[in-house]
This record gives sequence, C-alpha cells and structure tokens, in this order.
Amino acid sequence: MGITQLEIEHVARLARLALSDAENELFSSQMSAILCYVETLNELDTDGIIPTAHAVPVQNAFRSDAVQPSIGTDQALSNAPDRVETFFRVPPVIE
Amino acid sequence: MNYQPVIGLEVHVQLNTRSKIFCGCSTRFGAEPNAHTCPVCLGLPGALPVLNRQVVESAIMAGLATNCAIAHKSIFARKNYFYPDLPKGYQISQFEQPICEKGWLDIQVEGQPPKRIGITRIHMEEDAGKLVHGLGNGSGVDLNRAGTPLLEVVSEPDFRSADEAVAYLKQLHQIVTYLGICDGNMEEGSFRCDANVSVMPVGSATFGTRAEIKNVNSFKFVKAAIEYEITRQIDLLSDGGTVVQETRLFDPATGTTRSMRGKEEAHDYRYFPDPDLVPLVISAEWVERTKKELPELPDVKRQRFITELGLSEYDAEVLTSSRSLAAYFEETAAVAHNPKAAANWVMGEVTRTLNDRGLAINSCPVPPRRLADLLHLIDKGAISNNIAKKVFEAMWQSGKEPAAIVEEQGMAQVSDTGAIEAAIDQILAANQGQVEEYRSGKEKVFGFFVGQVMRAMKGTANPAVVNELLLNKLKG
Amino acid sequence: MELHTLTIQQLHQLLKNRQVSSVETTRALLKRIETTENRINAFITVAADQALAAAEAADQRIANGDCQTLTGIPLALKDIFLTEGLRTTCASKMLENFIAPYDATAWARLKSQGAVLLGKLNQDEFAMGSSCESSAFGATRNPWDTERTPGGSSGGSAASIAAQQATATLGTDTGGSIRQPASHCGCVGLKPTYGRVSRYGVIAYASSLDQVGPVTRDVTDAALLLQAIAGHDPKDSTSVEQQVPDYSTSLKNDVKGMKIGLPREYFIDGLDPDVQRAMDNAIAHLKGQGAEFIEVSLPHTNYAVACYYLIATAEASSNLARYEGVRFGHRATETEGLIEMMMRSRAAGFGAEVKRRIMLGTYALSSGYYDAYYLKAQKVRTLIQRDFSEAFKQVDILLTPVAPTPAFKIGEKTADPLQMYLSDIFTIPVNLAGICGISLPAQPSAAGLPIGLQLIGKPFGEETILRAAYSFEQTTDWHRQKAAL
Repeated sequence: MGITQLEIEHVARLARLALSDAENELFSSQMSAILCYVETLNELDTDGIIPTAHAVPVQNAFRSDAVQPSIGTDQALSNAPDRVETFFRVPPVIE
Repeated sequence: MNYQPVIGLEVHVQLNTRSKIFCGCSTRFGAEPNAHTCPVCLGLPGALPVLNRQVVESAIMAGLATNCAIAHKSIFARKNYFYPDLPKGYQISQFEQPICEKGWLDIQVEGQPPKRIGITRIHMEEDAGKLVHGLGNGSGVDLNRAGTPLLEVVSEPDFRSADEAVAYLKQLHQIVTYLGICDGNMEEGSFRCDANVSVMPVGSATFGTRAEIKNVNSFKFVKAAIEYEITRQIDLLSDGGTVVQETRLFDPATGTTRSMRGKEEAHDYRYFPDPDLVPLVISAEWVERTKKELPELPDVKRQRFITELGLSEYDAEVLTSSRSLAAYFEETAAVAHNPKAAANWVMGEVTRTLNDRGLAINSCPVPPRRLADLLHLIDKGAISNNIAKKVFEAMWQSGKEPAAIVEEQGMAQVSDTGAIEAAIDQILAANQGQVEEYRSGKEKVFGFFVGQVMRAMKGTANPAVVNELLLNKLKG
Repeated sequence: MELHTLTIQQLHQLLKNRQVSSVETTRALLKRIETTENRINAFITVAADQALAAAEAADQRIANGDCQTLTGIPLALKDIFLTEGLRTTCASKMLENFIAPYDATAWARLKSQGAVLLGKLNQDEFAMGSSCESSAFGATRNPWDTERTPGGSSGGSAASIAAQQATATLGTDTGGSIRQPASHCGCVGLKPTYGRVSRYGVIAYASSLDQVGPVTRDVTDAALLLQAIAGHDPKDSTSVEQQVPDYSTSLKNDVKGMKIGLPREYFIDGLDPDVQRAMDNAIAHLKGQGAEFIEVSLPHTNYAVACYYLIATAEASSNLARYEGVRFGHRATETEGLIEMMMRSRAAGFGAEVKRRIMLGTYALSSGYYDAYYLKAQKVRTLIQRDFSEAFKQVDILLTPVAPTPAFKIGEKTADPLQMYLSDIFTIPVNLAGICGISLPAQPSAAGLPIGLQLIGKPFGEETILRAAYSFEQTTDWHRQKAAL
C-alpha cells in the first residue's frame, strides 16, 4: 500500500514536523515500503482476539490524595527556552 | 417551516481534590504561575502519571447520583493534540470504556411535565494549563492548573429548549455540590459547559448540523447562548443558508455567538489507550461501599423536609437549593425543635442579611445553634419577633449569645402589669383629648395609644398585655 | 591489577577488604575512557569531577563500615536515564542542553547504595535504532572491530563494557536494545520482565515495551545489578508489586533436568552459519550439563516485526509530542508564530529516524487507519503472547540466537530502514510478550566477532534464565575474552 506525498504532508502537520521536500519524498517511499511490509498482518484472522495494551496484568495503581511539595518555579523553568516572569513564553498564536 | 432545536451538553466538573489527578501538586487556585508544578504535570521527559484514588471515588459518586452504570473495568486514553498549555502534547482522558455510562436525570421546567434526560457517559480527565496573552511579544504558559482533575459529563441530545438545558445544568450543579466533589464556582470555571446546538424541521427524524458553543460559565449565559444560537441557525436556514459544523464562542457582552474558525484546524485526536496507566477495575463491593457513603441527594432531602418536617413544597425547594443551606436549616430546626420557625428565619432574616453583605451561608457569623437559641427566646415569650430581629443583628455584629444581648440591652419583654399600667396611666393623662375621642366612638385612636405605650417602654412591653390593660383603662 | 577489567563482584570484594579504593578505581576507568574514547565514542558526557567526588564519598562510606554491593562501583548510564544536575540528551539535538531536575528511579537506587556515575552513554537517538548510528553525537564503534556498529540502541552501554570503560552499565530494551548490543559486543545484557524495574525518569520511547536492564561483564554482575534496581516503584503505575527474589541464589551450576525449548521459527534456513554454529555449540554445552532440549513452535514469530513497528511507533509519536520547544529542549528561532515554532523546533531537534518513526506512528493512529494498523497490531500482540504461554507449558526456558548475524558494518543498513528493523526479529517478540530475556556470549564467529545466545524466560522468570546462563558461563570462557583495543 502506498502513501502519497499529500498524505505525508497531512501526517507531518498532525505530528508538527516541518519536513523538507527531500524528506517528504524520502519518507513517502520508505513509509510505503514499511506499510507494505506490515500488510502481512492481514494474513492473520484476529476476529474476536482481545487486543493487548499492557504486557503484564497490573490493575488499580493509585496514589492517595495528599499534596506533595512542588519543585518550585526556578526548577520548573530551569530548562525553558524563553520565559517571562515565572511563565514559559511562547510566540503568539497566528491565525 | 417550523424548526425544532436539539441540544446536548458536555459539562466539565472540576473536582475539589487536594492534589492533582496524576501527581501530588496542589490544586489550590491563585498561586504564582508555575509554582504548583512538578516533573509529571510539567510533562518533563521520563515522568509518569499515577492516578489519584479520590478522583475515582468522586467519579463513582457522580455516576451513582446520576443513575449511571459504573464500569467494572475502565481505561485511560491519550487524546493527542498540540497546544502550549498542554504539556505532554496529549491530554490523559478516557475514550473507550469510560468509568460511567448510561445514566439519566429527571428535570423539571416550570409549567411542564418532568422530563428524563439521558447521560451518555461520565469520564475522568486532566485539565490543561493556562495561556496568558499579551506578555511582551508572546504569550505566557502557566501550568498550575495542568493536571487538575475533571469529570466530563456528556448528555444525550435530549434537550429541546434552552430552559430544559438550564434546568438540567442547575440540577447537575446541585448534585455535584451536594456530593461535595466540586465547589461549584462557575466564575472560576469549576463547573463549565459546552453546548451542542442544532435545529431540524419539526417532525424530522434526522438532526441538523450542529455547532458547539464553548465554555459558557453561568446559567444565564447558557440560556442566552443557546437561544441566540437557535435563532441564528433558524434564520440561516430560513434564508436558504446552511449551518456549518464548527466551534463557536459566546460573547456575554453582546449576547451573541461567533465562529472560532481559523483558530483551530480539523482535529484528529488519535486516541489510544495510555500505556503508562493500568486498567481501573472497580469491584461491586467498592460501588456498594460508595453508595452507602453517598450523602442525601437534593431530591430525597426535599421530600423529607416536606413529609417529616412539615415544610411547604416551596420552603423545601428553597432550603435544599444548596447542601450548606439545607445543613444550616436542619441544624437550626433540630436544636430549636421548631422547623417552621427555623425555615422562616433561615429563608428570611438569615438569607436577607447574607445577601446584603454578599456572604455565603458557610460564612454566616451566627451559627445554627445560636439562631436556635434565639428562636427559643421567641417561643417562650421572652422577646417579641420584632425585638428578635434586633437581637439577631446584634448577634451578627458581636457574636454574642442572644440571651446575653437581651440582658445587656434590656430588651426582655415586659409582661409585668404594674410597669405597663404605670406607662398607660402616664400616656392617657398626657393625651386627654384622644381619650375623649376614643370614648366618643372613634376606636381608631386605640392604635395611637398602643404605639405610644410601646415607645415609652422601648418596645419591650408584651403587646398582648398592653392591649388588654389599655382596653380596660379606656373603658374606664 | 587492571582495575578497569574487574567485575562488580571482584571489585566489591576488593573495596570491602580495603584493598583498593573507589577513587583509584574511578581514576583508572576515567583514564581508560580517555585513552579509548577517540576510537569508540561510547560516551556522550563524561562526568569526571562528579565521579571522583562520588568515589571519595563512597570511600568514606566504606571506611565507616558501610559497603553495599554497589558502593564505590563506577558505573555508566545510557543517556536515556535522567540524572539530576547532569545533562541528559537521549542522543538528540532536541535535548542537547537538557538538565533534569530529578533522578530516574533506577539510578536513584544505585546512587543510594553509593555507586559512582562515570558519565552518560551514547545510544540511538531516543532509543530508536539497532546500531547506535542515529545518535546526534556521532556513531559509537564496536570495540571488537571499530568498522562495525556495537548494535543498538544501547550501543554505548555495551561498547563501554567491551572497551573496559565502566564496570557495568544500564541500558533500556524496547525491541532488543540491551540484548542485541550485548550480543554484538560480547557482554551480558538482561531485559527483565516488563514491570520488574521502574521506568520512572527513563525517557520514554514505547511505554508498553520499554524496560530497564543491566549490561555487564558476566552473569553474576547482571544478577547483582538487577537486584539493586528491581522492585515496585509507586511512581510507575506499570511496575509490579511482586516481591523481588534473591537473584544470587540463581548463581549456581544447575540445569539438570531443565527443559529448554528451541523455537522452530528461530532456527531458519539461511541463519548466518557462524550464528548457527554458536547455537549448536551452546546446545551441546547445556546438554552436557543435563539440560533437556525440546523443539517448540512460536507460530506468529514472523509477524512480530510488523506488529512491533506499529505499536512502538504509535506510542513514540505520542511520547515525543512533549518536545515542542515550549518548556525545555530545542527551540527554533525566527519563526512566524506558535505553530511554526513548534514545527520547526521539532524538525530541527529530531534526526531522520526519529522523524520517520513519529510519522509512521502518527499515521498508524490517525483517523481511518487506527483499526487497520494499531488495533490490528495489538491483537497480533495477543497472539504472540499466547505463543509464548503455550510454549512455556512444555518448557522452562527458550534458547535462541539474539541476532541473525554478528555486528554489521557502520553504514551498512542505514539506507534501508526496513532491513534495519528486520535485524531485531529474534529480540522483538520478547518485548511484545513482556517476558524476560538474557543475552550472553556464545562461541564467536570465525572472524572473531562476538555472538550472543539468548535465553528467554516466563514472566518474572529471571531466576531461571540467570541459572541457565550462569551454568552455561561456567563451562565457557568467551565472556572473559577481551576486545583488542
């Protein structure tokens, strides 16, 4: 199954990746090959098979509703590429 | 053509847990930006969520109170989208297998028969942070709110008018505040609502294209927003136009909704089960235990006030409008052994004074016990109802016990005939002209004498005794 | 005495008896790193000063009579483990300057014993790869043949052991990322059962498959290191509460009557002759010690790679969404508005393989494809899991190759991602099933390249595979062979 460059562009937008034209082209051919390979899964009849999301059957992991100390604004912002006061700063949303 | 509106509601109920849904950071409002954050709610690499058990308890309570089935097994899912206030690039929510499904509430719009509204599902999720615009040339991201627990309550598209939607919202609001799982503060966004509105020709079996109105934060605005939207869509269709599926924002200033188009793209949330969180399995025992611990819900309480305490339907309705008001009333009534008087006072003097000062019942400086003491004084004739109001005001100001105030200010009711007689004699002597008038048949003057006596005795005279003695004297 | 060649066990004895100090051992290893790094490139960050300070503290601790198994032992971590105050890059330009405010639980446990951190090891970017070539900090080379890759993604973890730059290391294994490089570099690599070791503070690639494990010189060290890191962590919901056994009791030579399964699907025609020979040789050794071999079938083996690449990339596409230049990490400058800032930050911060996998995973989850790809893969995952539980009804453990060939050459498979993916065929099913596996040195290739043997155990069956591995190791000395550097 092939994937068109148009689809690649849509997926890249969803994934927030600004791909170059060369990457677009490369990925569409490589992804087509990979998707063609994964088609082999369709050889298997999986009707009625319960999907596995977790490898090990663990359930009900809880914490109690107790406040733990936060790390503080210095730590929270220590890796921020840009900040103002104690906010992370981002460029404006352009419509 | 006549059109029929179809409305469904999605309500976000912010839970009042102490800590966030997946980490131990405080949920308290109003801290310095990003002060309540940690690796988990900042979405730092390597951080993992652990579910706050109280959130599950609250969700089960909400489900039981809205007649939902509590899922034996439910799972968390990731809702993937990018926005700077969403630290991980996905919101942890529930998609397939939510914790509660298939519930209902019976609503009542005045003048209409009761109507059952279906609740599709209730699920748990985390709130996003806040984006503050206009900080230099950019926006500020504050993640204090990120990870605050929410319940999303999704109704069936069962409403046919804005009034029905508002009745449902009020009832749901009352339920979650009664359950004590939400502070109900709509202005701060603790209870907010998205409305899906469409219109279709009357008699049609297929719904029209719907618009989603986002984040309306008062009952009044919900009504206005829905009504505006219905009119807008009907006008559009009547002019041969079509309704577009879109998100719209309500502007309280103009009472209109406007399109948010352009602000967002077509979403593809790519939901999938969150591998970092394990399935939630709720046993029948757990549900039963929660059911037993459920506080009395407004409907039941209202009924009990009518049958057990002998209140009118109206009084019961008013007194159960909030859990704290009902509790205040109930304690007063129980201590005073006089539900009717307690009801009158709570709905009258107490509510009026609170409103005057803009206070909520929880901050009433006169505790139920003291109010009950005051009612006792009235019941045993120690003070009149009018004096009691003055005493109440003094209690409010000073926090003192009513008996002490009556004592201090000499407000005790005087029934001593000697003292009253002396006062009457004085008044009659000073107003011979009026005495003559009365005796010649102008009985209206009687009121004048009562007023004069009461004034002379600073209102403390027992009015019944005054009446009796005065009559005798005037008959002379 | 060559301090850089010692195992944890040997060094622990010397430290305990005060025959060597942690400081001199740490110095010896730092020196070794200095002299070999230009040929290997196993480290992204060497933390010499911090390491020496920690060694001094450890010596103090030992002087006070507190010498736990890892006190004073110089270790190194794959650069996927968060280390407070020391940068953690995940081999990505995205996190080039990222300094975590907290420690990964696995490292915190070692640190609390007084282990010494030499530095952070190279890997494939975000653990996506099988060759350590996708690192933004350059490829790591295989100490046995520097023209070859050390395998991946924990290539630095294995290469640094083979180059004797660290006493032991930690790696992570999502589809073979501990076992395959261990196999290519002639060391021992253990992937524990999913949930046995906390993932907290480990940068996530594919959360339902990632697991932390040791890379060591021998089986004993693997057991000792696992002991120190295993166990429930309240910060990781997927870590299990099950008690951690005493793994040292597994360190005995005893496979008599042990039933070992040979999965038919792993011994295919066309298996590299060197690998086939190593397996035959290993089977003979274990048979000689009284183990019983039974042919079993894992019928869905051939679907594992496809299944894995859908699940892993889907999870990765979501796990890597947090790198958008807002709170940390690379941010592109001179961008027009928010969306472009995010798109260009991610485009510049991530390398080609990471982008490819994010694209694939996003596609597999997207509207209209979810059922056909992601959900289908999850169902096939169930079938693969069942294959193993059926096999484990007949046998105690399984024996297989780790990789179809010895270490391949640098650049050999980079042009064809699918070929690279297929090289993980024997390790991936273990992650999909969530069970445990160990890779240990078997008979090397004719050309002298290491070849690993994989022993696969039931869920929480680490004791049994450690026992079999230990027994095998006792009859061979391949694990003692040293790369000529």
